[in-house]
Amino acid sequence: MTTATETNTAVRTMTLIQALTEAMDEELARDERIFITGEDVGPRGGVFRATMGLYEKYGPERIVDSPLGEISIAAVGIGAAVAGLRPICEMQFADFIHPAFNQIVSEAAKMYYRSNGHWPLPMVIRAPYGGGIGGGLYHSQSVEAFFAHVPGLKVVIPSTPYDAKGLLKSAIRDNNPVMFFEPKKGYRAIKGEVPDGDYTVPIGPARIAREGTDLSVYAYGMMAHYSTIAAQMVARNHDIDVEVVDIRTLLPLDKETLLKSFKKTGKALIVYEDNLTMGFGAEVAAILADEGFEYMDGPIKRLAGPDVPAVPYSHALQEAFMPNPEKIAAAIRDIIAY
Amino acid sequence: MDSPVTQAQYATQLSDDTLRDMYRAMLLSRRLDERCWALHRQGKIAFHVSAIGHEGLQVAAAFALNRGIDFTYPYYRDLAFCIALGLTPLDFMLSVFGKAGEPSSGGRQMPSHWSSREKHIVSQSSVVAVQVPQAAGTAFAINYKRKVGLLAADDTTQPRLAYASVGEGGTSQGEWHEAMNWAGIHKLPFICMVENNQYAISVPFDKQSAVPLVERAHGYGVIGVQVDGNDVFATYDAVRAAAERAYTGEGATLIEAITYRLVPHSSDDDDRSYRTREEVQEWKQKDPLLRFQAELLNQGVLTQARIDAFEEAIQASITEAQQQAEAAPDPDIASGLSGVYAEETI
Ligand SMILES: Cc1ncc(C[n+]2csc(CCOP(=O)(O)OP(=O)(O)O)c2C)c(N)n1
Repeated sequence: MTTATETNTAVRTMTLIQALTEAMDEELARDERIFITGEDVGPRGGVFRATMGLYEKYGPERIVDSPLGEISIAAVGIGAAVAGLRPICEMQFADFIHPAFNQIVSEAAKMYYRSNGHWPLPMVIRAPYGGGIGGGLYHSQSVEAFFAHVPGLKVVIPSTPYDAKGLLKSAIRDNNPVMFFEPKKGYRAIKGEVPDGDYTVPIGPARIAREGTDLSVYAYGMMAHYSTIAAQMVARNHDIDVEVVDIRTLLPLDKETLLKSFKKTGKALIVYEDNLTMGFGAEVAAILADEGFEYMDGPIKRLAGPDVPAVPYSHALQEAFMPNPEKIAAAIRDIIAY
Repeated sequence: MDSPVTQAQYATQLSDDTLRDMYRAMLLSRRLDERCWALHRQGKIAFHVSAIGHEGLQVAAAFALNRGIDFTYPYYRDLAFCIALGLTPLDFMLSVFGKAGEPSSGGRQMPSHWSSREKHIVSQSSVVAVQVPQAAGTAFAINYKRKVGLLAADDTTQPRLAYASVGEGGTSQGEWHEAMNWAGIHKLPFICMVENNQYAISVPFDKQSAVPLVERAHGYGVIGVQVDGNDVFATYDAVRAAAERAYTGEGATLIEAITYRLVPHSSDDDDRSYRTREEVQEWKQKDPLLRFQAELLNQGVLTQARIDAFEEAIQASITEAQQQAEAAPDPDIASGLSGVYAEETI
């Protein structure tokens, strides 16, 4: 699944965002067809500093500050991919991706199918998403479900630095438009080991973040991280052995791994920080109910944000909105007690 | 308004053979188009969107590019443009009947949603104006490749510009404005052709823009040219000059070609509800096909005998294409349910 080259086995601890920067750096060095565009990606290195240092290294031709227009960030990516380049387009916040929705959903996703396979679009759209950073309604949104509904796109959300680097490299090398959502709360909060040198993590397979036998928690992004913490809490305090499935790729979805875990535990909690209704967890629940019915040993539950427009700014309101390890642990105990 | 092209006179250098090829492409488009209206009335096809009235500017534009090499992003009204790029009557007939072998989309899209990788015609959707920023991105890629050494500036075997066409209604979309902005900022090898036929379905131009579209060019830092789109020579000059500027790194051009569609918006439209017959009649006097024909007759490039021979050959080729398309099998069902993702290779 993952391949670390044997000559480069040194492992370093780094943050999620450092892993992303490193992936882009190595890919830019590897392939001249790759360029980055987005708002403030140049000398500033991105408002989150994901492209930090790349402008100095690769210059203004390849690290291109776009005008403040999301439509064209996506559309220029499409047109450049048509011409044989491999663009990485940065949306400053997932909240501002909506102007580009038309270009992504109606154009990028359909280009290959509608041309009967003549125009593949090798491009990546990166977008920091999610709450918990005091961002209020317009700097906290989880928009993955909109895109996971669209055949022709791939939707990837890493939760560890190792995966972030390996999955971003796979996304850049993929010949399809890949939506790469980055859990921005985890940019610096999540640290982990990353080997030196080139390796990829394939788009598609889910990851068993923690093995367990009593209940499966399905999550991605920051929630996969929180779910692992919650699993440790309930193991320690309540002797509940939770398996955590980090979905990692929402589209195409690795149903097999999801069902395999459910077969083992018979119980499921799906955690996501989007609004509950019609969020991505609804799809996971439907698949478990439909294709895993005979393994079911309790209600399939979802823990998600409430159905208000987005995460409010007030710290108290934000805490009330966001799932966190305590809420996840409580939900796990409820299902076990059922 | 900048009009750096009036003195260019590229069109005067066109050979008689080329002028006849241009005429033949216009005539082929017109007759094919008329046949499709008939097929629609006969209930044989579900949809047709027409180029009638636009042939002059479209054929002129196609011939002014490095045909089949430069990237083009046409829109649904560009039948004559695509004919001039090499689309055959059979290609088009297969698409209007939605049959197997339909080259643009495998029968997935409505007709007139062009695509040909080999001719560098980029696939398009029905959504207006989306192609314009995509074309700007392609033009950006051409610049990029030159700068990083992936493409030699004088390599005429490779695309050296991106051309997008759009209706005047489409210029009201945000997509269009963002495209022009990129084109100006990066001095892109890019041409935006606006086919201003006065109406976006029923909505007249004065409800679309407060100023002539060409006036916007300056605000984006691109060259703006307004041209009589029913004048083949003038349009050819405008596009050829814009192409030269693109090839030599001088940047982007917005061309507003004034024209008129002589028929309803599409086979689903009835234009009597929004424009007078007198107005349509008036524009019929300016029909670009008849005008070009008269000019070529006058110059001795065409004779009536040649015109008749073209007519006969074209009608025969269209009839044959129609018969072949009608007899062609439908696309395989499985084909419509697959082909969503490209292979994951590099
Ligand atoms: C974004 C979008 N909105 C609405 C439509 C429906 N529609 C199709 S063609 C058209 C009119 C386009 O007029 P114009 O751009 O002037 O081009 P023309 O058809 O006159 O050549 C409209 C409103 C569409 N295709 N796309």
